[in-house]
Amino acid sequence: MGSNMAEAHPVAFQWVVEAKARGAKVQHIDPHFTRTSALADAYVPIRAGSDIAFLGGVINHILTEEKYFREYVVAYTNASFLVDERYQDTEDLEGLFSGFDPETASYDQSSWQYESAGSPPEQEDREELSDEAQAHASGAGGAPLAGVTNGIAQDPTLEHPRCVFQVLKRHFARYTPEFVEDVCGTPREQFLAVCAAWTGASGRDRTGALVYSVGWTQHSVGAQYIRAGAIIQLLLGNIGRPGGGILALRGHASIQGCTDIPTLFNLLPGYLPMPSPATPDLAAYVASIRSKKQKGFWYNADAYMVSLLKEYWGEKAQPDNDFCFDYLPRIDGDHGVYRTLMDMVDGKIPGYFLFGQNPAVGMSNGRLARLALAQLDWLVVRDLVMVESATFWQNAPEIETGEIDPAACRTEVFFFPAASHVEKEGTFTQTERMLQWREKAVEPSGDQSSELWFAYHLGRILRERLAASTDDRDRPLIDLSWDYAKEHGHEEELWGEPSAEDVLRRINGYHLDTGEPVGDYRELRADGSTSAGCWIYSGVFRGGVNLSARRGDGPDGKWGWVWPLDRRILYNRASADPEGRPWSEGKKLVWWDEAVGRWVGDDIADFPDDLPPGHVPEAEAVGPAALRGDDAFVLQADGKAWLFAPNGVLDGPLPTHYEPDESPVPNRLHGPRGSPMRRHYSRPANPANPAGDTEVFPFVLTASRLTEHLTAGGMSRWLPFLAELQPELFVEVSPELAAARGLEHNGWCHVITSRTAVQAKVVVTARIRPLRVQQQVVHQVWMPYHFGPGGLATGDVMNDLLGIVADPNVQIQEGKVATCDVRPGPRPTGPALLAYVEDYRRRAGISAGGESS
Amino acid sequence: MSNSLFGPLDDVAGDAGHVDHPPRMGFFTDTSVCIGCKACEVACKQWNGVPAGAELDLLGMSHDNTGELGANSWRHVAFIEQAPTSPVDPPADLGMPGMQPPGAATGAETRTDFRWLMASDVCKHCTHAGCLDVCPTGALFRTEFGSVVVQQDICNGCGYCVSGCPYGVIERRPDDGRAQKCTLCYDRLHDGLEPACAKACPTDSIQFGELDELRERAAARVATLHERGETSARLYGHDPDDGVGGNGAFFLLLDEPEVYGLPPDPVVPTRDMARMWGFVCAAAVGFLTAAVGSFVGRGIR
Amino acid sequence: MSKHGKREKFTPRADPNSYYGRPILKPPAWDWRIPAYLFAGGLSAGSTLLSTGADLSGRPLLCRRGRIAALAGLGASTYFLVSDLGRPERFHHMLRVAKPTSPMSVGTWIIAGYSPGIGLAAVSELLPARWRSRLLGRVLCRLARPAALSSAALAPALASYTAVLLSQTSVPAWNSAHPYLPFVFTGSAAASSGGLGMLLAPVAEAGPARTFAATGAAAELLASRVMDSRLGLVGEAYEQGSAHRLRKASEYLTAAGLVGTLLGRHNRTAAAAAGLALMAGSVLQRFGVFAAGVASTRDPRFVVAPQRERLAARSGEDPQPSGSSSSSITASQATARE
Repeated sequence: MGSNMAEAHPVAFQWVVEAKARGAKVQHIDPHFTRTSALADAYVPIRAGSDIAFLGGVINHILTEEKYFREYVVAYTNASFLVDERYQDTEDLEGLFSGFDPETASYDQSSWQYESAGSPPEQEDREELSDEAQAHASGAGGAPLAGVTNGIAQDPTLEHPRCVFQVLKRHFARYTPEFVEDVCGTPREQFLAVCAAWTGASGRDRTGALVYSVGWTQHSVGAQYIRAGAIIQLLLGNIGRPGGGILALRGHASIQGCTDIPTLFNLLPGYLPMPSPATPDLAAYVASIRSKKQKGFWYNADAYMVSLLKEYWGEKAQPDNDFCFDYLPRIDGDHGVYRTLMDMVDGKIPGYFLFGQNPAVGMSNGRLARLALAQLDWLVVRDLVMVESATFWQNAPEIETGEIDPAACRTEVFFFPAASHVEKEGTFTQTERMLQWREKAVEPSGDQSSELWFAYHLGRILRERLAASTDDRDRPLIDLSWDYAKEHGHEEELWGEPSAEDVLRRINGYHLDTGEPVGDYRELRADGSTSAGCWIYSGVFRGGVNLSARRGDGPDGKWGWVWPLDRRILYNRASADPEGRPWSEGKKLVWWDEAVGRWVGDDIADFPDDLPPGHVPEAEAVGPAALRGDDAFVLQADGKAWLFAPNGVLDGPLPTHYEPDESPVPNRLHGPRGSPMRRHYSRPANPANPAGDTEVFPFVLTASRLTEHLTAGGMSRWLPFLAELQPELFVEVSPELAAARGLEHNGWCHVITSRTAVQAKVVVTARIRPLRVQQQVVHQVWMPYHFGPGGLATGDVMNDLLGIVADPNVQIQEGKVATCDVRPGPRPTGPALLAYVEDYRRRAGISAGGESS
Repeated sequence: MSNSLFGPLDDVAGDAGHVDHPPRMGFFTDTSVCIGCKACEVACKQWNGVPAGAELDLLGMSHDNTGELGANSWRHVAFIEQAPTSPVDPPADLGMPGMQPPGAATGAETRTDFRWLMASDVCKHCTHAGCLDVCPTGALFRTEFGSVVVQQDICNGCGYCVSGCPYGVIERRPDDGRAQKCTLCYDRLHDGLEPACAKACPTDSIQFGELDELRERAAARVATLHERGETSARLYGHDPDDGVGGNGAFFLLLDEPEVYGLPPDPVVPTRDMARMWGFVCAAAVGFLTAAVGSFVGRGIR
Repeated sequence: MSKHGKREKFTPRADPNSYYGRPILKPPAWDWRIPAYLFAGGLSAGSTLLSTGADLSGRPLLCRRGRIAALAGLGASTYFLVSDLGRPERFHHMLRVAKPTSPMSVGTWIIAGYSPGIGLAAVSELLPARWRSRLLGRVLCRLARPAALSSAALAPALASYTAVLLSQTSVPAWNSAHPYLPFVFTGSAAASSGGLGMLLAPVAEAGPARTFAATGAAAELLASRVMDSRLGLVGEAYEQGSAHRLRKASEYLTAAGLVGTLLGRHNRTAAAAAGLALMAGSVLQRFGVFAAGVASTRDPRFVVAPQRERLAARSGEDPQPSGSSSSSITASQATARE
C-alpha cells in the first residue's frame, strides 16, 4: 500500500517473487494498476488520499471480528494502559482531539498522556517550546514520558472504558466496510477480502508484512498513515517477528543513510534532535529529549550526544564547556526545504548548495522552486549532468512566460561535476537499516569529485581562511576536529581524497584513551571518554573490521551490517511470548535459553541479552535497568509499542480520516475537511484548488515513478538506453475520462491546476478507473514526475502542477494527491500560458492572494 | 535420432560439426514473474554495444516503447493489458450520481480480473534455424553451446536471414548493413558467465542454463501454476517436435503466442526444401524443353 | 528498417489476436534491385538458350545479339545483387561456402558456373574486327560455342532457382506459392528473353524466339492464374495493393504480348512491340510477386491464421484459439471523440 514496489524497487521485489513461490499472497492497494499489481494476487483500487479510511476500516474489522492477537497485544503494546480522563476523541469533538488551540492551529498534548501518579516537572519546560519546534524536539527515540516508572494505570482485561484498547475501538467504530466503500471507492467485497487475507496471514503461526513507500509519506497526514499501518501490524502481532514488520521502502538508494546521518535541518546523527533556543545548555537539552525516569535505551541519550560532540570538536570539547554544545546552531522553527524556498523567493537567502538534488524538477510547485533559485546570489550545484536546477536561467519554463529573464537573472551558478557511485567508495544504507560498503571501481575520468572530497576540502579551505579570526562566531568552525585521514597512497597530497573508511571508523566511534573502536552504543559514555559520529552505527567497525563490507562469504555468513548492533529485525523480543518461548516453531526467531541465561536464536536479540523474560525491575530503576522482562520495545519510554501515541506526533494520538488538502468530495466523517494541522505556505504563487470542487478542477491527480527513470531524472533522462524506454511525459486516463474529455490515445493533452498547466501525451488505459465515492463518480489521473527540459527524454515538469502543503510532523509535501482538469491538445505557451491559468483561477474563485473565496 | 534439417535433434552442436562440446545452453523465460523492468534490454545493449534508438517517442503500446526485436533491440519486453469483458457494456455516461447504489455498478468500478502480461522476448536460437540455414556466406554459425551467432567480420548484409527467420528476430542494422541479433552473450559464455540479460533480471524471469535442465524446471513451474489455478500457463518453444525442432530459448506464456506477437506454429523453411527444389527442377526441365522445342520443327516462322 | 515499422500511430486491429496489430515477421531486407535481378537473371538465362540454339541452327544475328543480351542481363544482375548487399565490398564472401540448404548459396555457384561461358561467348561477339584475326581472337571464337553450351547447361537452373530463393523463407506469400512460382518465373524468363529476341533479331531469324516467347507467356499466365486460385488466405497478399496492380498490369501486357507474338509474326514492328510488352509484363510480374511477399509480412494475420489452421488440423480442433478468456483490448481502442 502506498508503494509500487516492483516499479521502484525491482531488485528488492525479487524477494516478494520468491515469497510468492513459497505460497505467500500479495495484496496491492493503489489508485492505479501498476507493474506491482500485475504480480499481486489481488489488486484493490483506492482513491488517492483516502488510505486512513481504508486502514481504519481494517482496524475496525480486526477489533469487531476479534481477529487481534490478544496475548501479544496485552503483553507488548500499551493497549491496557489507561488514558488521562481529560482526553477527548475526535468522535467527541467533531473531528478534533482535546487540547486544540485554533489560533496556533496546534495541540496541547497534556490531555493525551497516560493516567499516572504525579505531574512531571519536565512538562513545564516543554511548554516553552514553540509548537513548531516541539515535534522536532522528540527525536526518533519516542517522546519522553514522565513518571512512567512510577507505574501507569492499566487494565489487562482491556475492558476499562479509558484503556487504550477501548479508546481505539471507539475511535474507529464508524469505519465500517460501507464507510470504506463510500470514502475510498473500494468495492466492499474487495476490501473485506484484504481484511481476510491480512488477518488470516497473522497470528501465532503466520505473519504478514506491510510494505509502504512514498505513496504514504507524501501526504498532509502522512505520519498518521504510517501510524495506522503500525496499529494494524501491532494488533495482529506482526512486529518484531520474522516475515512480519513494516517495510518502509525509501525513495532513493541511500536515503535511509541520509536520515541516519542526516542532512535534515532538525536532526543530528542517530535521530538526536537539533537543539532549540529553549535549551540553553547541554543539561537542558538532555532533559528535553529524555525524562529522568523513563525506561529503555533512549535514556542514555546524554552519552550519545556527548560522544557526538567529542567527534565534532575533539580536544576542544570538554566537560567545562559543555563539550562545545553551544557551538551547535539552535533551531527556532521550520527551516525545512519548502520554508527555505519561500525565504529564497523573499530574498532572504543569498546562497545555496545543491548536492545531487534537482528542485527545479523534483519539488512541488516547480515554478516556485525555479523563481526561488533565480533570487539567489550564488548557487553551487554538484551533479552527474547539467540538471535543470543548474540551467534554470537558460531553459526554465519561466523564460518562455517572461518571468525569468536570462540576461537579468542575478544568480551565479557554479557547477561541479560529481563522481558516480562507482567512482567513489563509501557505504549505502538502505531501508532494512543495512550498511553496505561499496568499493571504488574506477577513477573518475575528469574532474568529477566525491561529496566526501568536496565537503572535506571546502571545510579545510574555510578553516584556513578563518584561522586568524577573533570573532566568536567563527569558533565552531575553527575548533572542529577536521583531521580525517586521507586515502591510502594519498596521505601526502594536499588535495587528496579523504578516506571513507576512516570516516566510517569515526562514525562507529572509539575510546579516546585507547583508540579502540567501540563495540556498540552501550559502550558510549557521557563523560567525554568516548567519541562517536552516530550512535546507532556504533558496532559497524567492531574490532577494527569494516563489517559493512561483509558479503555473506565469511564465517558468520552475514551480509553487510545492520544498525543497531547488527540486529536484523527490530524489537525481536516480541517474536517470543512473555515467558520467552517462541510463539510457534515455524516463526521462532529469538528465545530465552534458561540453561545459559541468555536470549538465543537466529538474530541478535533486540533486548538486554541477559534480562530474563519474567524480570520485574526495582521501583526506582531508570533507563535500560527499568525494563521489564516483557518490555519488548526497548527504545520506547514505556517499553511498549504504542497503539495510542501520547507524544511524538503533533496532529493526534490516533490516525483520523481527513480529506487531502485538495479533494472533490467533502469529509464524510467529521467537520474539518482536511487535517487541522496541515501546514500551508500561503502566498500568491502557491494557491490551492478550492475544496469540494467538481466543476473547475474535478479530477484527482496523483503521481509516482516509472521503473525506467529515477525521480527528478538527473540520473536517467540523459542516458540513451533509459531515455528510449520512456521518452516522454504522459498522463494515464481511464477510457471513460477519455471519452468525456475527448482525449485521444497517444495524442496531446494538458493538465491544469491553479498553479499552472502542463502538457503530456495521453495514455488511455483501463489500469486506472473512475471510482464511486460518496454518490459521485471521481475520475483519477496519474502522471510520472521525471521529466524536464534537459537531457534526451524531455517533457514538461509534472511537479509544477502541485501546490505546497505539508505534514506538520516532518514537513513532507502532499505530493501524492491534488485536483486538476484535463483538456485535449497542447497547452498555450509564453504569456498566454499565464493568462490561461489565471482564467482557471478566476473561475475557481481563487483570489490574487492565493486563497479560495 | 538425428534429423539435420527438421524434427527432433538431440545433439545440435555435434550435428554442426563440434566435437567434445559443452552441453546445450539456453534461456527459459518465465513470463509469469516478469515485472517489465526492462533491465534485460538495457543490460544487453550495455554489454553488446547495441546502439540506442534514434527516435524518442511514445509508441502508445502500453509501456512498450521498444516495439519489437530487431538489429538494435536484442531483448524486447512486451506489455499486454487485458481487461475482462464485462457481461454488460459499461454505460457511456457514468456521470449520473445516485442512479445505482455504491458498488453495484457493472462497469469500470467492478473490473477485477485485470491482467497485465509482460514478457521479455529474444532470439529463439532454434534447433533448426531458418536464418542459419539460408546464410550464404557462413557468417551465421552454430556455436559449441548450441546457440546461433552472426560473425560480424563475415556478414555482407545480403539480408537473406531476415526473411528466413519465422519469428521476425534478425535484422540488418541500418547504418551498418550487417545482420544483428542476440548472441546468447557468446563472449560471456566462454568465460563461464551467464548472459547479461539473465544476470540483470531481478526476479529470475530470465533463467539461463543447460537446456535439458531448464525444460525440466519449466515443466515443474507450469504444473505448479496449474495447481494454483493459473490454467492459462503454457510453454512455448519447448517441444523438440515442433516446426523448428524446439528452441534454445523457450518461454512460459500466460496466453496464446500471437497475443505476444509470436507465431503460433513456426516452421523452419528448410523443412520443405526438397519439395521446393522438386518443383524447381520440373520448371527447369520445362524451360529447357521449351527452348529446345523452339528450334525443332518449323516453329512459328 | 526503423523500429516502428509504419511511422503513423497504430490503430489497433479489431482482431484481438495480435500484438497491437504489429507484424510478426520482418519485411524482406531487399529493395527493388532484387525483383530487378529476378528479371535480368531470367532474361539472361533465356537469351543464353536462344543464342546457343541460334548458333547451332545457323541464325547468326539471333546468336550474336542474344549472346550480347545475355551478357548485359548478367552484368545487370551482378550489379543489382552486389549493390543490394549491406556491405557490397564483401560480395565475395558468398564464395566462402557452398551450402545446399541456402538457395542463395546454390544460386551464387550457379551464377559462378554460368558466367564465364556466356561471358566468353559474348566477348567474342564484341571483339572489334581487327582483333578477330589475331590469335586471341581466333581462340575466343573457337571457344565461343562450347563456352556458350556450358552456360546453356546452367541456364535452366539460373532461370528457376530464384523461385526457391524466394520460397525457402518465412515470407508467407512466397513460401505458400512454392509449387507455382517456379513455373511463373521460368515462364516469365522465357517470355522476356523470347520477346527480347523478337526485338533484336530480324523476323526471318526470330522464329524460335517467337515460339519460346509464346510458350513462356502462356505458361506464365496459366501458372499465375492457378497460383491465385490455390493460395487461400495468403493469396490475398497478391490480390491487394500494389502487388495486385503490378500483376494485373503484367497480365495485360503479357497477354497482349502473347497475342502480338502470334498475330504479328511477319511484322518486325509488331514483333518488337509484342516483345517489349512481354518484357514489360515480365518486369511487372517480378515486382508484383516481390510486393506481395513484402505485404504478406506486414500483416500478422498472414502468419497467424494459416498457422492456427494447421495446428487445428493436426489436433482436430476448432481453429479459433481457446487459451484465454480475456481479450487483449488495448488502451488505444478505447477512445471516442466527445
